[in-house]
Amino acid sequence: MDFVALLPFIWAALIGIAVAFYVILDGFDLGIGVLFPFARGDAERDRMLAAIAPFWDGNETWLVLGGGGLLVAFPRAYSIIMPAFYLPIMAMLLALVFRGVTFEFRGIAERKRFWNFVFAAGSTVAGFCQGLVLGGLVQGVKIENGAFAGGAFDWATPFGVLCGLGVVAGYALLGSTWLMMKTDGDMAARAAGKAKVLLLAVLVFMAAVSVFTPLEIPRIAERWFALPNFYYLLPVPILTAAVALADWYFIATRHEAAPFLATIALFLLGYLGLVISTFPFIVPPDLTIRDAAAAPASQSFILIGTLILLPIILGYTALTYWLFRGKVGASAAYH
Amino acid sequence: MGLDPTLLARIQFAFTVSFHIIFPTFTIGVAAYLATLEVLWGWTGAERYKRLAAFWTKIFAVSFAMGVVSGLVLSYQFGTNWSRFSATVGNVVGPLIGYEVLTAFFLEATFLSVLLFGGERVPRWLHVFSGIAVAFGTALSAFWILSANSWMQTPAGYTMQGGVAFPLDWWAIIFNPSFPYRLAHMLDASLLTGGFVVLAIGARYLLANRHVEEARTMLRMAILLTSVLAPLQLLIGDQHGLNTLKYQPMKIAAIEGHWDGSKPGAFEIFAWPDEKTETNLLSIAIPHGSSLVLTHEWNGLFPGLKSVPLQDRPPVKNVFFGFRIMLAIGFYMIAAALFGALLWWRGRLFETRWYLTIVANTWWVGFVAVIAGWTVTEGGRQPWIVQGVLRTADAVSPVPAGSVLTTLILFVVVYLTVFSFGAYFINRLIARGIQDRTLPARPPELASGRAKFES
Repeated sequence: MDFVALLPFIWAALIGIAVAFYVILDGFDLGIGVLFPFARGDAERDRMLAAIAPFWDGNETWLVLGGGGLLVAFPRAYSIIMPAFYLPIMAMLLALVFRGVTFEFRGIAERKRFWNFVFAAGSTVAGFCQGLVLGGLVQGVKIENGAFAGGAFDWATPFGVLCGLGVVAGYALLGSTWLMMKTDGDMAARAAGKAKVLLLAVLVFMAAVSVFTPLEIPRIAERWFALPNFYYLLPVPILTAAVALADWYFIATRHEAAPFLATIALFLLGYLGLVISTFPFIVPPDLTIRDAAAAPASQSFILIGTLILLPIILGYTALTYWLFRGKVGASAAYH
Repeated sequence: MGLDPTLLARIQFAFTVSFHIIFPTFTIGVAAYLATLEVLWGWTGAERYKRLAAFWTKIFAVSFAMGVVSGLVLSYQFGTNWSRFSATVGNVVGPLIGYEVLTAFFLEATFLSVLLFGGERVPRWLHVFSGIAVAFGTALSAFWILSANSWMQTPAGYTMQGGVAFPLDWWAIIFNPSFPYRLAHMLDASLLTGGFVVLAIGARYLLANRHVEEARTMLRMAILLTSVLAPLQLLIGDQHGLNTLKYQPMKIAAIEGHWDGSKPGAFEIFAWPDEKTETNLLSIAIPHGSSLVLTHEWNGLFPGLKSVPLQDRPPVKNVFFGFRIMLAIGFYMIAAALFGALLWWRGRLFETRWYLTIVANTWWVGFVAVIAGWTVTEGGRQPWIVQGVLRTADAVSPVPAGSVLTTLILFVVVYLTVFSFGAYFINRLIARGIQDRTLPARPPELASGRAKFES
């Protein structure tokens, strides 16, 4: 296969990586928002915000990179996905507007309760909408003549709602394990209690999706259960079960960083499962990665820049996480 | 009644982009100011620069957050509302936006965190460097997004195959004919916008006899900047106009309210351009004024609106009035800046209360000028979304009008709410004043490897 034929797949991998970074990184700070109503008082909420304040902006930038990357590398997929999920995407963006400004506004405001609500609602709605889009994509999008041809509410299915709730639970799990790592004492203990419940919920949602998709969508059943695929893919569910057990163990034994890392591994395995289910489609069931690709001249022009800039971006990200490492003290307040 | 999805999508985009443009404009200017303060602090060690930097960092953070979230919306609207635009010219415009994200956004996010939260845990040089990095990031962001916008105004370096644009020459695409002028014009506008806010806050404090030392520093720095950049903007704008005449003559015709290209153009100080009769009503004009400016000849001719059919003309009134608002503010800025410089030279800047009162109350001029200017340049491009390549009406998404209307209403409600709170909180920060805080002693948690997130 020559380079030009390979380009779309390189780009699919890069965008896949950007989305994974987004889901994990913004996932834990959105999860803090989901957990906000369950915190014990504003002092604890201050500490929760302080635990994510230096990171959230950079985390959210991966969403711009994911969306922008899709426009850059797969304009045809972008021009189908965005109208198809018009309402959930708009709702997600508005929710992110509200929660994003909370970081600055809440610190200045006198009435914190209102902004507590805004932060919690914005984070939860954003995660739920991302799940709706994910569910809708897995189920497939109606395309005619290269354009979206479905209705405004095609995404509103029980499976979409299932995915929405699953993503919210998953983000909350990331958030609670992040708190286990970044706080100490009582707060970390309570975070561990929440993490246990959330891990169970996430596993239920993952199981439900794994049962539902092959039952409802024949191409996915074929991908997983046809021989010899079945044997090659068997390690994925086995590994997932092992990681889930390990995560439970780390949470129960109050490890500091291990629960967060195990949760990341769990997310990555779930993500891998979805990729296996949908490859080589970028917009199932009709549009493949190759068909949706931008002109080779466009893909290679920005690939050069990406190969230089992505390591620098990872360097920035590492710098931020290194500079603001360590636990957040009990007296932490936003600047 | 049938709703027109194109019109709704245009209203929605005009609203969200106008809202967004306020914040990058302001943050580009303030970031440059912050960087200057950080450098002056690093260089001289003077405490007032550090206090000013800390004060402006907070205002910057609030505006930057609003810029980030409203910009995120835009990066998705290209697809949600303008999917055919993305499908048609995505090959060309996409990479420019991609480079904006890759080069600027992560840089800004990272070093803003250092500025906001790093006070106690990074060395001084890194703090100073972060100020420069944030300012550089905002300017870099402007570079790419204006390149993409300019390409939509004056497309170059591409070829059309099967109704889709393919890139031929990236250098020609990025540095398309109107880009250098637009970039210079916008960066100058951003610095002026920030400069007039700094001027206003300095004047406000001085009038209230608060933070006198810092207020004087702000006034001096703002006057120094604006008295150079405001007159310069007139020159840049003039050059930009000549460039527009060459590539987008109908935009100029709408700006000038010039209908008949066979006659020299007057400069309309005020008029009501009437698209039905194709004349200007209630006109007060300087005869031959536009001809002189645009062609440097008394009887110079330039194309009039009547030279193209009705469906190829931009909406005249938006462009015409937008331009006059921008121009009037431009002249106000020159006058305010140069008069301030004169007062400074005479040693009366800090005592002339009527002057301080005026500038304290005109913090908003830059914002209005920028929105007016964008109305001119984006309205003047109509009916094209990409000049000569793709009509706006052909670029819209296949989304039901009801969806667009619903989200439009939501955007208006949400943005106005967020904006009101943002303005209220920024005003509170200003009223609260410059906190006279020295660096707190190293907190004990830090020494034991623990963090305390307080700046």
